Amino acid sequence: MALTRAEAELSTPSAGEITSVGNPFRLALSTLIENKSALAGLVIIVLMAIFSFAGPLFYHTNQISTNLPMSLKPPGAGHPLGTDNEGYDELGRLMLGGQTSLEIGLAAAIVATGIGILYGAISGFAGGIIDGLMMRIVDGLLAIPTLFLLVYLFTVFQASALLMILVIGLVAWLVPARLIRAETLSLRTREYVQAVRAMGGSRRRMVVRHIIPNTIGTIMVNATFQVADAILALASLSFLGLGIPPPAANWGGMLSTGVTYVYAGDWWLIYPPGLAILLVVMAFNMVGDGLRDAFEVRLQRR
Amino acid sequence: MIGYTVRRLGQGFVVVVIVSFLTFIEAHLLPGNPARAILGPHVSNAQITAFDRANGYNRPLLVQYLEYIDRLVHGNLGFSYQQNQSVAALLGERLPATVILVGLSVAVALLAAIPLAVLQAVRRNRPVDYALTGASFAFYSMPTFWLGLMLIMLLAVKAHVFPAVAPEGGPAQILEDPAGLVLPVLTLALGSIAAFSRYLRSSLLDNLAEDFVRTARAKGASNRIVLYRHVFRNALLPIITLLGLSLPGILSGALITESVFNYPGMGLLYWNSALSQDYPVLLGVTIVVALGTVVGSLIADLLYAAADPRIRYRRQ
Repeated sequence: MALTRAEAELSTPSAGEITSVGNPFRLALSTLIENKSALAGLVIIVLMAIFSFAGPLFYHTNQISTNLPMSLKPPGAGHPLGTDNEGYDELGRLMLGGQTSLEIGLAAAIVATGIGILYGAISGFAGGIIDGLMMRIVDGLLAIPTLFLLVYLFTVFQASALLMILVIGLVAWLVPARLIRAETLSLRTREYVQAVRAMGGSRRRMVVRHIIPNTIGTIMVNATFQVADAILALASLSFLGLGIPPPAANWGGMLSTGVTYVYAGDWWLIYPPGLAILLVVMAFNMVGDGLRDAFEVRLQRR
Repeated sequence: MIGYTVRRLGQGFVVVVIVSFLTFIEAHLLPGNPARAILGPHVSNAQITAFDRANGYNRPLLVQYLEYIDRLVHGNLGFSYQQNQSVAALLGERLPATVILVGLSVAVALLAAIPLAVLQAVRRNRPVDYALTGASFAFYSMPTFWLGLMLIMLLAVKAHVFPAVAPEGGPAQILEDPAGLVLPVLTLALGSIAAFSRYLRSSLLDNLAEDFVRTARAKGASNRIVLYRHVFRNALLPIITLLGLSLPGILSGALITESVFNYPGMGLLYWNSALSQDYPVLLGVTIVVALGTVVGSLIADLLYAAADPRIRYRRQ
């Protein structure tokens, strides 16, 4: 797909020529269809969503009350993936955990990206001392490893789904903020942004209508990676025992149960939830990589 | 170089001040008041008043912040009432173990990632490259704790090759038992190998497309000379920055790895303190870890600038 340098120069418009940049969402969609790895990622995500949300409609299990006589059964009739230490059916629990992971992962990514866009655009647009200070705050927050910060916050606050979304989002906005700021720095000197100023447009109009929409490629790519990171963060926290308390299910929490029984060789408590996390995180990373390639090609063309 | 160093040190100082402010805010996020959170639920009002006075919690916030800074500067990281020990002493016991774990993992990761990336760059778009890219993608996306569990399952429980539990005690005992280190180091290193080799592969490929490679080839240099004398050096330099940038992530990974293997380092201390709500330890470890990453990235930037003059002059 990548253009050679000569081709790129040929397709670069000369001054005054009007070219269509194209709808970024259509570009994203066509990339996802053309790029095999990105397509595979998308398919995995869709299948996982169907498994998690539609699965329980066909495969009924009791995931609320414990059933101790049926605990730690290996896979067999009635329980295709066995049961855990409290007698919950592992397959049904996997579906429930998938719902939590996808919902919280997506929502946290939206929160993180939203804050990051605003913060980054304001910082880059303001420039000077304000920009310097805003970016040092980001540096300071980035210095505290994410997991240390999350563990602390969930020691102080009792976890709930909403709080998970807010806290993971509030911790993860730093990288998008940096990326958007870097793009804003170059976008604000462009002629069409300067034209808004010349025509008397407000600064808010320049940022909201002209700068942010032009960073949509970066935003989409980063948001995809954010979902993967948020799902991993959620799983790590639940693994450490600081996630949403039971009977809510989560893949990371299922694995922390598995730790206790790893020496007994209860593999069905360890392989399925781990594979589920791996597949989903990998799928989002694959889609993100594909989108990044697409938008970098677009940048070359411009 | 001096101008760059001064500017970068100034930035680092501002970041340190911001970090101290953030941990100070963290301490004041505690529910109720710090005395109740730290001493536990069964304390009398008189005890709370005494605690507040002893720790200055009855003063204005700004004064409290300045006192906090004063304590930090003097190496006072707080006191764990649960363990009846100063946080600095607890950290002194645990920090060396984490330094061993992280240091070994990074060394292993670099030693493995560099040859893998060279192999991928040389055999670009061949089956080896695809296989390695796929594998690094999987390890990159794999949760650390699952990787640790799988390694325990395969190499400790099924095949009794390595012990599943890390050695107990101080750094001396840890180093005496290298077999116990293998699985924790491997767990932490595999993710970094994936990340480093992905980065290096593209850095090598970028450099292979540079004009100086064409010039070298035109002069009749062999592939080997081009790769090792011209491309390799340029492609390896950014690793210094990469190391600085990955430090927070590696430390997060160490927290997980230590909790999986019961490895007696700072991460395990942090996790256990979280479960027992020992807030002074949490806050003390946080500031030490944060200062460590700030200093780490500062050193990385300065080394990089010393190694590559282009960096020093770029933003002047």
